Amino acid sequence: MDEIDEIVQEFLVESHENLDQLDRDLVALEREPDSRELLGSIFRTIHTIKGTSGFLAFGNLEAVTHVGENLLARLRDGKMSMTPSTTDVLLAMVDSVRELLAAIETDGTEGSVDVGPVVDRITAVLEGRAEAAEPDPTPIEELLPPEVVAEEPGEPVAVEPVDVEPEDAESEDAEPPAEAVEPEPEPVAEVAPAPVPVAEPALAAEPAAPAPQSTPTPARPPKASSTPGPESGADETVAARRNVADSSIRVDVELLDALMRLVGELVLTRNQIVRQAGEQEGLDLMRSAQRLNLIATELQEGVMKTRMQPIDHLWSKLPRVVRDLGAAFDKKVSLVMVGRETELDRSLLESVKDPLTHLVRNAVDHGLETSAERRAAGKPAEGVLTLRAYHEGGQVVVEVNDDGAGIDADKIAAKAIEKGVRTQAQLAQLTPNDILQLIFLPGFSTAEKVTNVSGRGVGMDVVKTNIESIGGTIEVESVLGRGTTCRLRIPLTLAIVPALTVECAGDRYAIPQVSLLELVALDADRAATEVEDVNGAQVYRLRGSLLPLVRLTDVLDVESDRADGHVLIAVLQAEGKRFGLVIDRVLSTEEIVVKPLGSRLKALGTYSGATILGDGRVALILDVQALARRALTAEALERGGLANEDQVRESTEHLRMLIAGIGGGRRVAIPLSSVTRLENIPTASVEQVGHREVVQYRGAILPLLFLNRHLGAISERESDDLVVVVYSAGNRSVAIVVDEIIDIVDEAAEVHSDIDDHGLLGSALIRDRIVEVLDVRAAILAADPKFYSAPEFEVDLGLDTDQLQEAM
Amino acid sequence: MSTRLVTFTLDGRLYGVDVDAVQEVLRGLPRTRIPLAPTTLAGLINLRGQVLSAVDMREQLGLPPRAADEEPMLVVIRVAGEPVALLVDTIGAVVDVEDDQFESPPDTLSGTARDLLLGAYKLDHQLLLALDVAKAAA
Repeated sequence: MDEIDEIVQEFLVESHENLDQLDRDLVALEREPDSRELLGSIFRTIHTIKGTSGFLAFGNLEAVTHVGENLLARLRDGKMSMTPSTTDVLLAMVDSVRELLAAIETDGTEGSVDVGPVVDRITAVLEGRAEAAEPDPTPIEELLPPEVVAEEPGEPVAVEPVDVEPEDAESEDAEPPAEAVEPEPEPVAEVAPAPVPVAEPALAAEPAAPAPQSTPTPARPPKASSTPGPESGADETVAARRNVADSSIRVDVELLDALMRLVGELVLTRNQIVRQAGEQEGLDLMRSAQRLNLIATELQEGVMKTRMQPIDHLWSKLPRVVRDLGAAFDKKVSLVMVGRETELDRSLLESVKDPLTHLVRNAVDHGLETSAERRAAGKPAEGVLTLRAYHEGGQVVVEVNDDGAGIDADKIAAKAIEKGVRTQAQLAQLTPNDILQLIFLPGFSTAEKVTNVSGRGVGMDVVKTNIESIGGTIEVESVLGRGTTCRLRIPLTLAIVPALTVECAGDRYAIPQVSLLELVALDADRAATEVEDVNGAQVYRLRGSLLPLVRLTDVLDVESDRADGHVLIAVLQAEGKRFGLVIDRVLSTEEIVVKPLGSRLKALGTYSGATILGDGRVALILDVQALARRALTAEALERGGLANEDQVRESTEHLRMLIAGIGGGRRVAIPLSSVTRLENIPTASVEQVGHREVVQYRGAILPLLFLNRHLGAISERESDDLVVVVYSAGNRSVAIVVDEIIDIVDEAAEVHSDIDDHGLLGSALIRDRIVEVLDVRAAILAADPKFYSAPEFEVDLGLDTDQLQEAM
Repeated sequence: MSTRLVTFTLDGRLYGVDVDAVQEVLRGLPRTRIPLAPTTLAGLINLRGQVLSAVDMREQLGLPPRAADEEPMLVVIRVAGEPVALLVDTIGAVVDVEDDQFESPPDTLSGTARDLLLGAYKLDHQLLLALDVAKAAA
């Protein structure tokens, strides 16, 4: 039903625009009655309305436009010529079309608008009745309708001319008044000279007299009494509600682009001002800056919204594609679309169109099995293809999922070896999921038989290239026998992207957040031991698996200015692989406006663009994909090493988090791996040792850390016992006191680590709540400074904090 | 026929580019260097929100590098609609030169400079070397 409504809405908007054009054309036509061009234009307009109204089953509308079209066709083909009477009937037709549209807009039906008289008039003209006896009957034809209007003015008809026109007159000052006035003088001019001399009798003269009066009445009052009109006669909802055509306008995309650019500049200026305000003392400036910040953000969102279109614009074509493909391959497919209202930037929508269609074709062609195969596999005969779109973390995620046979990683691996793109040894190091991503390599196709739809060896790599060219990513997941999911992540917009700014050799660079997985900071001591090397290639053990390191200074051939031995690693994902980019410093995350680079700089294959930072300096945007391609071509050795890395990764990939409340509505996440047990201890058992609070616990002294004090929250717990989270390593334990234990979550949360607050690693969105992620190491040290002094725990714990950071 | 040129100096020599190609002249702006880029590309500058590449004309013409304490000037020219900044030593003036003052570069001139130079205008005390804007910015 919604869909129908949408179509009707579009039809209304379009038709209103067309009618305005029609009025202008008709008036112009009077001046040059022989203009084929104008007639053609009018004909097309009416034809369009007729076609759509027939399709939407608006019978009356179709009837009116149908006869109108016939008349216009004759005129256009030169079989009839324009006379004032034809102009009149045409205008009358336009008016009844307006009436009908207004009625449709009000309640979705054509209402009680009576189109009979107009149809009759047009038919009369068409049949030449009026034309043949022009001088005589014309006045009658001419005068009759006004009379009908005046006499039969029961309710609907008399009101309508008033009803329709004031609506337009109110909002569109330019067109309708001109139109309203223009046609009416016509009868007046026509009536006055024509009937009086020709049909002299008083009988004829008398109707002539009221006619001129009655005609101006509907024409002029709109200006004077435009409000009484609708109020008295017409449906009040019509007056109250904005006309569909008036509530939307068409805007040149270029204008929107220009606006977008300006907003981009504003965002930059905002960044500058906010930064400067932060550096200076002055509450007023700070407040203004914050306000500017808010407004600029809203403006940016608003302008971006103007360019947004629901993804349904793309999807609406797919049911047909799927149906045809299903028929062609003799497969039963039902298409499910979830999140069709998800919006993305218009220009992106265009770029996604082909890749998406390709993925859908692939899914039907290769993904889903035939009905017979499905039945044999114990699945319903009808395959389900699910399209899902949603917003996540500033990106639009589009999934194409089928419940087909899935992709066999072994087959992919065999193919990779056969094609010579990977060696056996290389493949041995890959997870099954990594192997699946190989299908995006150029020239890789596993289709056993080539069909005319897909499987020609081009395709997935092109899809990938297209998606990456707009800053998106693509990955594939598959469970053998259960189905395959291709997941596209597309930025909301191209112009403004969130990015991490980093420093290297004194220069600043921007790394798009889309490729950034996490940040790892190693101090000099840890860097010395934990950055290892595999035959010359540096690696870091990230949750037990080796992460190849690429030094940005090496890539850019510059000298690092970091001499203190600290190592900062931005863990990036590109080309389906992870690698660590070693940088000098992490500066901040900000939204940057992407400025294109000249082709010479693009050709360097290192930068994807430039941006202007808050202080007005230019920073280059690193092309992570290109970096990955360049740095990881000889990656085989970096993959070597831990044979069991997959298992290690499996076990740590999903970090379980304990969520605890600390008062004031604040929630803190503590990695569950750090927690040995949860206890309730009586408040009375807390004792003082020096300035520390401790409890006796299992025959040992357990230092307490009140997390609310540690993080500056106010406890709301009023009870005579304490909820403690006991954390142990070796034979030392610490109890972290919280207000309440809320939950244990298993989901991989995306952590924003830009909160620079003491004791926290950042914040994460867990089950729709903002949760602060505790810096366990700092917290433990606050409770027991000697906790990590024993060297064997150093390593152990170091890993914990790492995991934490990485989980971010 | 007279031609109007914007002049500037590089290593003591006087150069000129067609005035129509010049968008504006600026004092030095902060530049962001571009690692890996050819040495003639002296960096990126922010010209009122637009990112321009700056071409070091000394590098381009094979002249010795500017002293470290010398702040270059920027001549922003438009090549095929795109603005590019040229780094020069000092800005001269806008001068009108006549076609009969013009002579092609001497045959002894070789190297990259030959491609960039259209020729020389013989002024009273000095030669004014006319640059090919499109090639100079490339």
